[in-house]
Amino acid sequence: MEKIKSIEDFDNLRLLLKEETFKEDVPRIRLCSGTACAATGSHKVAADLEHELEASHKHVEIVKTGCQGFCQQGPVMKVEPWGYYYQKVKNSDAHEIVSATISGGFPIRKLLYRDSVADEPCEMVDTVPYYKKQMRIALKNNGVIDPRQIYHFIAVGGYSALAKALSSMTPDEVLEEVDKANLRGRGGAGFPAGQKWKHSKKAPGTLKFVIANGDEGDPGAFMDRSIMEGDPHGLLEGMLLCAYAIKATYGFVYVRHEYPLAVVNLKHAIKQAEEMGFLGNNIMGTDFSCHIEVREGAGAFVCGESTALVASIEGERGFPRPRPPRLSEPGGGVWGYPSNLNNIETYACVPPIIENGAAWFKSIGTENSPGTKVFALTGKVKNTGLVEVPMGITLREIIFDIGGGILDGKKFKAVQTGGPSGGCLPEEYLDLKVDFDSLTKVGSMMGSGGMVVMDEDTCVVDVAKFFLSFTKEESCGKCPPCRVGTYQMLEILEKITAGKGEPGDIERLEKICRLVGKGSLCGLGQSAPNPILSTLKYFREEYEEHVHDKYCRAKVCSGLGTFTIDHSECFLCGLCKQACAFNAVKESRRAYFIDQDMCTKCKACFTACPIGAVKIGKVKKQAGVGR
Amino acid sequence: MNIEAIDVNESIGLVSKVLCDHDKRKGILISTLHKIQAENGYLPEDILRALSKKISIPLAEIYSVASFYKQFHFSPRGKKIVRVCTGTACHVRGAAKVEHALKDHYHIKAGETTPDLKLTLETVGCVGCCGLAPVVTVNEEVMGTIGPKKIKHLIHVIEEEGVAHGEN
Ligand SMILES: Cc1cc2nc3c(=O)[nH]c(=O)nc-3n(C[C@H](O)[C@H](O)[C@H](O)COP(=O)(O)O)c2cc1C
Ligand code: FES
Repeated sequence: MEKIKSIEDFDNLRLLLKEETFKEDVPRIRLCSGTACAATGSHKVAADLEHELEASHKHVEIVKTGCQGFCQQGPVMKVEPWGYYYQKVKNSDAHEIVSATISGGFPIRKLLYRDSVADEPCEMVDTVPYYKKQMRIALKNNGVIDPRQIYHFIAVGGYSALAKALSSMTPDEVLEEVDKANLRGRGGAGFPAGQKWKHSKKAPGTLKFVIANGDEGDPGAFMDRSIMEGDPHGLLEGMLLCAYAIKATYGFVYVRHEYPLAVVNLKHAIKQAEEMGFLGNNIMGTDFSCHIEVREGAGAFVCGESTALVASIEGERGFPRPRPPRLSEPGGGVWGYPSNLNNIETYACVPPIIENGAAWFKSIGTENSPGTKVFALTGKVKNTGLVEVPMGITLREIIFDIGGGILDGKKFKAVQTGGPSGGCLPEEYLDLKVDFDSLTKVGSMMGSGGMVVMDEDTCVVDVAKFFLSFTKEESCGKCPPCRVGTYQMLEILEKITAGKGEPGDIERLEKICRLVGKGSLCGLGQSAPNPILSTLKYFREEYEEHVHDKYCRAKVCSGLGTFTIDHSECFLCGLCKQACAFNAVKESRRAYFIDQDMCTKCKACFTACPIGAVKIGKVKKQAGVGR
Repeated sequence: MNIEAIDVNESIGLVSKVLCDHDKRKGILISTLHKIQAENGYLPEDILRALSKKISIPLAEIYSVASFYKQFHFSPRGKKIVRVCTGTACHVRGAAKVEHALKDHYHIKAGETTPDLKLTLETVGCVGCCGLAPVVTVNEEVMGTIGPKKIKHLIHVIEEEGVAHGEN
């Protein structure tokens, strides 16, 4: 690899690479090798394909790309020039791919995507409903290039935004462009990146840092990982543009230790970029210098919080610190130097903005939240994976058009956005246009972009309990409201879901929520009550059912309800009797019935019944069966 | 790992130019702990003592940092480290059942190791493969859409450790 010594050098190289890489006349297989597809065997597919191709003397390029987003259907691949999109490819399919598609140009029907068995399969990527409504800015290179090949990145236009900035824009102009584009932070709060950069730039001192927040502790989100794994150079370019704008000389990417592939790919990318002169001293022959290194976390959610992240980089316990000073102020950043912290996705959006201008970026999305957002769509939807959509799209479009609707034809109940700091939204908000402000207004938040869909079989109280047990575990313990409050909230929720709720518990819960939200030191505690508050707001009657009627309508919580056998449905198979460990299912000559005194409400008979004849009903108070 | 051979300036990287000695020594702590753990599987006390001497940070402070982060361990761990993902997506799709199945089979709790050091069972908050939920990771490998059949397979693999695992 030769070092780039000037901007002209770079332009020449780019032109050359554009012609030589991804040539039109060579068939090409873009095989997803992200973590999820690797787990479903994409390495084996690659090996067998290579083997088959060699045997048949075909010249085909195999590009092992980063995550293409449709993880559930993995391993996925695109075959060019035809553009066929194959999913759930097995290594045993390699032979057919080579013989039918590569040699003959025919699609393989069984590998094409189809919504259901009855539907016509979709041949091309653009016709797959999952991809139709998506728009890719932050993920534009994911699925196109091999993240370990810097030449691929340059061939698709990488580092040209940096070259443009270095050759024809002053740092102020770069900053101005980002500010005009109104790029808002993708890491949670949606603070405008331009303003943050201005703060950092204004801070006195010659030594500044840029930091990329790749901690991504939100259980259920993985967009940052995809970018770090699949387009590490894109992240570096964004960070370099920021460093140029605010005159920073050092940078860190803080990655969670749970993402080994991201760490490997990033380190590899940094090494390549250094060798080629995109990183280090005198970048592309100019007098701009910046060094970027990777720092690994060690498993603490709170380290995603800005001040805790700084503490962790410094080698301390990951305790948040009181602000001010903010990170961008002297005394606030790493080792006291002013630092600019942004999310991975935020940085990944910067190069396209510089390249295409602020006006282009503003034309996408909504007035106050331009651009796109990547969501990790998971839970009870048909199609799960990463989706990047323009802001302002409705939840319905995401869940039903892209996500393909609810699994097994069940009924939609709620969607949880924003992870442990966000909230649950009920059906009436399905047509809400999603952006930073609209979500906040209805009591949820964008967060990092986790989107968990729940159906009628999900109990919202149980979900709130789940998030609370997460925040309780992750609370760092520095400030009492969060340390003690999360514990107490969880205790009440456990009581309620175990059927031991008492009148007054809900009110007590609300009070603690208020106190924890107000009194906590950092964002973790401040937002910890959100899952409870939002479910209380929209699903209060379910809490009340749990407390007063001892009934969980989703039949998730055990220890609640009265168990009965519906004799009109029961066909006397006796499985419930076998399943019961407490001998509560009694047998008479013509029927089974449940002895309420023996029943421990363990749900064993309910799960055992093959036709759903065991019913769980509300506990009737007047009958005096409640315990 | 040879504690004596640690070069503080080299491990901290290029920022070493702008930091004072104490900050540098502190700054390499977490990455050094990672290295020690990668080599030994856990953080043995004698090595931590040596480290404390070498970088002049009190042992108590090293423990204070190491015990804060969930990924550091102070006792030996099993050959196979099985982490059941209990992230949101996996929770919704039945991670608890997976956890129970393993707990019942080995009679250990999450975070514990079997006496024969075959298996350490842990839970983890989202490994980032939610599309494949429920997910477990075995050492560094990810196994997705775990059902009863795959659990049996997994248990089989743990019993015959050393045999290739992770097959679908
Ligand atoms: C408890 C907690 C966890 C957080 N975790 C993350 C995270 O995993 N990734 C992230 O980018 N930001 C996270 N944040 C937000 C960061 O503090 C910070 O606001 C963000 O990285 C700023 O980048 P942005 O302006 O580009 O969004 C977290 C905040 C809190 C309070
Ligand atoms: S919730 Fe299990 S992989 Fe994300």
